[in-house]
Amino acid sequence: MNSNSEKRIIVAGFGGQGVLFLGTALAEAAMIEGKKTTWIPSYGAEMRGGSANCFVTISNSEIASPIFDEADYGIFLSKAAIDKFENVVAKNGTAVVNSSMTGKRPLRNDIEYVLEPLSDLAAHSKGKMLLNITALGLLIKKTGILTKGSVIKALEKISSAKKPEFLKFNIESFEAGYNLIKTTQNKTLEKIGC
Amino acid sequence: MAKVLMKGNKAIAQAAINAGLECYFGYPITPQNEIGEFMSDEMPKLGRTYISAESELAAVNMLIGAASTGTLSMTSSSSCAIALMQEAISAMATAEIPGVIISVMRAGPGLGNITPSQGDYFQATKGGGNGDYRTIVLAPASINEAVELTYKTFYLAFKYRNPAMLLADGIIGQMMEPVEIKPFNYKIPDTSSWEADGIGEGANKRPFRKLVSLHMQGDDLPRLNDRLQTKYAQIQADEVMYEEFMTDDAEILITAFGTVARVAKSVVTQARKAGIKAGLFRPITVWPFPSDQLKKAAKGKKVILDIELNEGQMLLDVKAAIEGICPVELLSKLGGEVVKGHEIIEKLSELSKKYSAPKAGAIC
Repeated sequence: MNSNSEKRIIVAGFGGQGVLFLGTALAEAAMIEGKKTTWIPSYGAEMRGGSANCFVTISNSEIASPIFDEADYGIFLSKAAIDKFENVVAKNGTAVVNSSMTGKRPLRNDIEYVLEPLSDLAAHSKGKMLLNITALGLLIKKTGILTKGSVIKALEKISSAKKPEFLKFNIESFEAGYNLIKTTQNKTLEKIGC
Repeated sequence: MAKVLMKGNKAIAQAAINAGLECYFGYPITPQNEIGEFMSDEMPKLGRTYISAESELAAVNMLIGAASTGTLSMTSSSSCAIALMQEAISAMATAEIPGVIISVMRAGPGLGNITPSQGDYFQATKGGGNGDYRTIVLAPASINEAVELTYKTFYLAFKYRNPAMLLADGIIGQMMEPVEIKPFNYKIPDTSSWEADGIGEGANKRPFRKLVSLHMQGDDLPRLNDRLQTKYAQIQADEVMYEEFMTDDAEILITAFGTVARVAKSVVTQARKAGIKAGLFRPITVWPFPSDQLKKAAKGKKVILDIELNEGQMLLDVKAAIEGICPVELLSKLGGEVVKGHEIIEKLSELSKKYSAPKAGAIC
């Protein structure tokens, strides 16, 4: 069903990790690039303190359903998230994984994993590095589905106007994730200056 | 006008405000809560009325009161709570009060759960209220269309002095997509000839008016029913909306509304690449149902495939419309499941084989 231009991304974690914000940044950036996009969360009870996930689709043509059972890319920020949705990532897809929380990976040999200890990085940065947006930087650099410029514009648009320091953290976190890909050979914290 | 990324519920609420909504009454229920949330923020800022009602019954009866005065008013709710409003909707139809209701469907029956569904097609188009009344019902398939149809819902409610409903499913309510919110482009008809505005004083006194649903005198009720039925016939004749996509040379005609139609539309293109001549007929007004138009589109087709997130509710209208000129099959999903593109493709290829085999199904 998937036309070549259509990219589907599942973002999953738990409430408070910024899962829906990450998804919104993707959709906003897609819109800035003039693409079609849809975003839909799992809504209702499970958002309150439990798991959180959203489905984002980016395409050059009309999007049929915002809900899908096969994703090109997955971003998994918690163990429950990867356990539940790892198999949603299609063969030859990519999974960006918060390896601080997700336990033993990789488990599949038909997808590519980008494993980074995002929670540890965030903790060492003393709150300046936001794990959701660092993951976004990893995804964008790894896949090139959107340009860096449009993602930064999206972050400028959706970061709370009341808290300008968050925009700064968002952009710095995005850059950190983006640059982390270059240094995948060495995953020490020192590499990113934390 | 620039596009904005917006949730369907929020876009519907913004559209209602653009239409000139003066009073919103609501009681929370997922998956439409963002409507009430948005209204609670925006309506007071505009000096308009937002009331968080004590129940859905209260909300819909507040709607009766406000709309009786010719004021643009609405309520929004979902499935099991729209069920509570049925008596009031029948009363509004009888008293010819232009109340607007936004229904964002969740899965039933009963309280069901909060996942998306189209299980309230009967509730919306046939009504759970009593008597021979009709509700105008518009069903959007995208957020852009939800905005346009919210505008039209207000316009039609006032044009015909009749309750009118926007019927969306949980996906339309909960998803975000880029939307261009154009300005309200209808003129709400003058209400001064009927609105309950007080009888005035002195020389300004005018004859007594009443907007009621109880008609005990003589032949009042038969005459009222005649008048209502004439009005409904007029609505049926003038207000039908539908979309046809590649129907002319189609062998299999899909019928679907709302989100499902959106999925089906992309499948039509896919199916044609695979050599299956499919087309889509999408009712936009589900009441008035585009019966004549569907019958015309169905002529010469091998089979109709009706797809719904319910056990074939619109199916009955489809069958009634085409009067047996070709067979009708159903693909349904219940209880919050969403029909996937590949499932439609599989069904289409099954039907393609079944209805091209000799003696299987008359070609009409």
